[in-house]
Amino acid sequence: MQTQASKRQFLRTAGIAAVAAIIAPRLAGASPAEVAAEIKKLYGDKKMESGRIKLDVPQIAENGLVVPINVEVESPMTSADFVKSVHVYAEKNPLPAVVSYKFTPEAGKAAASTRMRLAETQDIVVVAEMSNGQIFSTRAEVKVTIGGCGG
Amino acid sequence: MISRREFLQATAAAGLITSASGLGPLGRAAAQQRITQADITRFDNLGAVTILHITDVHAQLLPLYFREPSVNLGVGEGKGKPPHLTDDEFRKHFNIAAGSPDAYALTSDDFVQLARNYGRMGGMDRIATLIKSVRAERGDDKVLLLDGGDTWQGSWTSLQTKGQDMVDIQSALKIDAMASHWEFTYGADRVQEIVKSAPFAFLAQNVRSLEWQEPVFEARKMFERGGAKIAVIGQALPRTAVANPRWMFPDWEFGIREDDIRKQVEEARAEGADVVVLLSHNGFDVDRKLASRVKGIDVILTAHTHDAMPGVVREGETIIIASGSHGKFLSRLDLEVKAKKVTGFRYKLMPIFSDVITPDPDMKALVEKIRAPFEKDLSRELATTESLLYRRGNFNGTFDDLICKAMLEERDAEISLSPGFRWGGTLVPGDAITFDALANATAMTYPNCYRNTMSGEQLRLVLEDVADNIFHPDPYFQGGGDMVRVGGLGYSIDVSKPINQRITDLVELKSGKPLDLKRNYVVAGWGSIAQNVEGPPIWDVVEKYLARVKTVRLEPNTSVKVTGA
Repeated sequence: MQTQASKRQFLRTAGIAAVAAIIAPRLAGASPAEVAAEIKKLYGDKKMESGRIKLDVPQIAENGLVVPINVEVESPMTSADFVKSVHVYAEKNPLPAVVSYKFTPEAGKAAASTRMRLAETQDIVVVAEMSNGQIFSTRAEVKVTIGGCGG
Repeated sequence: MISRREFLQATAAAGLITSASGLGPLGRAAAQQRITQADITRFDNLGAVTILHITDVHAQLLPLYFREPSVNLGVGEGKGKPPHLTDDEFRKHFNIAAGSPDAYALTSDDFVQLARNYGRMGGMDRIATLIKSVRAERGDDKVLLLDGGDTWQGSWTSLQTKGQDMVDIQSALKIDAMASHWEFTYGADRVQEIVKSAPFAFLAQNVRSLEWQEPVFEARKMFERGGAKIAVIGQALPRTAVANPRWMFPDWEFGIREDDIRKQVEEARAEGADVVVLLSHNGFDVDRKLASRVKGIDVILTAHTHDAMPGVVREGETIIIASGSHGKFLSRLDLEVKAKKVTGFRYKLMPIFSDVITPDPDMKALVEKIRAPFEKDLSRELATTESLLYRRGNFNGTFDDLICKAMLEERDAEISLSPGFRWGGTLVPGDAITFDALANATAMTYPNCYRNTMSGEQLRLVLEDVADNIFHPDPYFQGGGDMVRVGGLGYSIDVSKPINQRITDLVELKSGKPLDLKRNYVVAGWGSIAQNVEGPPIWDVVEKYLARVKTVRLEPNTSVKVTGA
């Protein structure tokens, strides 16, 4: 073994800051069960239907701090048939409710984009409520990786 | 569907092998084989379009040894299928005789003996000869030359000239278009600077500005060859911002962008394309999945995962070509186009046996001119190796064993980590380890060798994260590259398990004790994607070590135990 005078200098390096950012101790995350309970508070035991929602998130986040999300719900958006609200949840974030949107028929279409921070790899859950009371839901996994080491 | 016979028709150097029977010890049988330049270029013309493909050259100007992997596991649908076959299985699948030139070029066993028989492969002057010969035979107006990227990085001269050496080579070869990945590690400004003045197209449909989601580069280009309109769509490595330091190109976003490829295909057809080619840096398994989901692509020229396959793989109507790496191969694909459709194809993976191909004098002069200012550094002999030094393979390679050992000793660390890159040449026993050879395994723009503390649990999580990047059963979650190499640490891995369940039995090699997940360890590593990493460049660390030991002799590495394959 060989020691070096400059060793101490290297000990304060940010060498693997990216690793630390992902796996450092952090606030306890929520759980899928907590998110399910939140949704139940809003809609009780109503049936969740699939379809209608187009959820566009990256499969692998390039930067977990700002993950793009684009949601679009198919609807004629007339006064008789429109999307009332859309809720986005990140199942394992410390505060899992990411954003809620309210729509009116005047919106023309039920679409919204934003960016969210994701603490770790998890499912994004989207719930959409229609004017006739129907509830639609979908989910997609976003992987948050330490990265590096690519070929 | 084509028959197996047709599929095998175009093995690497078809016609070289007279008989697979009666072979004695591999080496001796191999020595009896003879290869000529004419054997390598021999091709039965088809149609009026020839596509030449070279990829993942990693800035290798000169012929080199490059040992293909002995471990290259496939998971999910890729399991047991090419390119996830090695050695005997590979040879059986592609009908290649053990000990033959093809076996040397494409498989790993008996490498040292075969390397002595068949010599180094690649070299830009040899490649120039083959390209010129195809152009002369077919006519310039029929040949399209495409480069899959990972061209500007991987040598001392490319690092010192920020990729200019390879841009000059690409210009001299008259490539028509390129894809990209490691190119981005010279930073956004440098990439833009080259792209603006280069005489070839830099195509990347999947790079967007973060703020406005606008395309950063030209997505595709239409070429006319042999009377056919050929649309080439470029695809950068979708995981560039995850696999490499994002801070070097902070305003750019990547991703596969499958829907956008569909749009590109539609637009190309609407513009009258007879042939649609995806010049991809996705990696083989990603491209195979993509071909099954995006219709209308005639040819995918794949890259990134460094697979060399002496036959095409067909996925639906799409032909997938994998042309290897480091300048070892040049692919030739002839297409017959009738009534705006590809009606036939013929393919050959041309192995670049440097001893039998006459170097092109102009290219030879250019390579010499590029290397001359750096010759003093390049030729410096640091040590001699008594062991075979190679990198490629899913879990470890002897070159990385050497690097990990150097880090442990020179940086006084308990554990060392070396990234699972797939680039870097091979040295055979008896070879001098020159600075040139060391740079071929280390030259990159974020080489700092850090020294830090990590808990056992953090180390475990790093291994799990990297393993998931290689062994996720869905190719769209795979990033390419191999497993991070470890020094001072052993583990077991079950590749069939999901994330956080693959890595077990972590052990400190020095004490033989289980890794203490709660304790902090002193860890040295290099190739971190974080910003402001402190520490000397990895080549300095290894050079110091080599200067001390003078002779490299490595014991077989049994520290990683693999199951679930």
